[in-house]
Amino acid sequence: MTGRVVLITGGSKGIGLACARRFAELGDRVAVTYNSSPPPDGLFGVKCDVTDSAQVDAAFSAVEAHFGPVEILVANAGVTKDVLLLRMSEADFATVVDTNLTSAFRVAKRAAQGMLRQRKGRLIFISSVVGLLGSAGQANYAASKAGLVGLARSLARELGSRSITANVVAPGPVATDMTAALSDDRMKELTAAVPLGRVAQPEEIAGVVVFLASADAAYITGAVVPVDGGLGMGH
Amino acid sequence: MDEALFARFRKCAVDVLSVDDSKVVYDAKFADDLDADSLDLVEFVMALEEEFGVSVPEEELEGIGTIGQAYELVVAKL
Repeated sequence: MTGRVVLITGGSKGIGLACARRFAELGDRVAVTYNSSPPPDGLFGVKCDVTDSAQVDAAFSAVEAHFGPVEILVANAGVTKDVLLLRMSEADFATVVDTNLTSAFRVAKRAAQGMLRQRKGRLIFISSVVGLLGSAGQANYAASKAGLVGLARSLARELGSRSITANVVAPGPVATDMTAALSDDRMKELTAAVPLGRVAQPEEIAGVVVFLASADAAYITGAVVPVDGGLGMGH
Repeated sequence: MDEALFARFRKCAVDVLSVDDSKVVYDAKFADDLDADSLDLVEFVMALEEEFGVSVPEEELEGIGTIGQAYELVVAKL
């Protein structure tokens, strides 16, 4: 079999699924983890709650048994629980940080084992424009997404000597289930703030992810790449 | 020193640190003699944990600078 082994967390829909399809088109061997809805046919899906280290370990073991060691990791799984600060419970905060940030640590740590042995690897973290821009009602989500930048940049320094890169993609609003849950008024407001005047399609994020995993991006590490229609300019 | 145990230990060092087995001697220093950096040592310790079925907490690695010191640390746990 040819093609690189790619693992995408939260890969059964939205940005994760778009990434999975792009990698598959390139001939890579693509595995996706999912929590609730399985991925469409043709993708190797592994059910995994990324907040559980044992399940993360088991998911990697399953992928390694099926395809071999993971060379490209896309840490994409994420949730929102939007609520204004004074109404935000500690559980609301902790759950979002656990799923979006601590889980990225869990999967990156597990992936790094195999990458160190292979002396190569690409870690790609899906952050968000709000990580650096901030967003009213999303203190938990924004904090978790900003945390990915420090995580990725530290790993870039730790693992660089082994030709492992760590980069962050920071999308703006994207047409996914996550944004479909927002009210029409909120979407209009969001779109109006974007210089390009529209939301992104998931494929537009996937294109950048695939690039960061490509040979052309071998010298890019610790970068935060905005794919936000200009929304985050200056941050 | 238990030769059989040391042979297993040496094999881990050879595999993980990619060095010739003649260099893996008791007094060899990780940094100077084996050209191993901190990341190599982490990988080496993980390989030893797997090979010998022991657990080496991070704080016990403080001050470990030679093959002999690492060997004694692991052997003491068997």
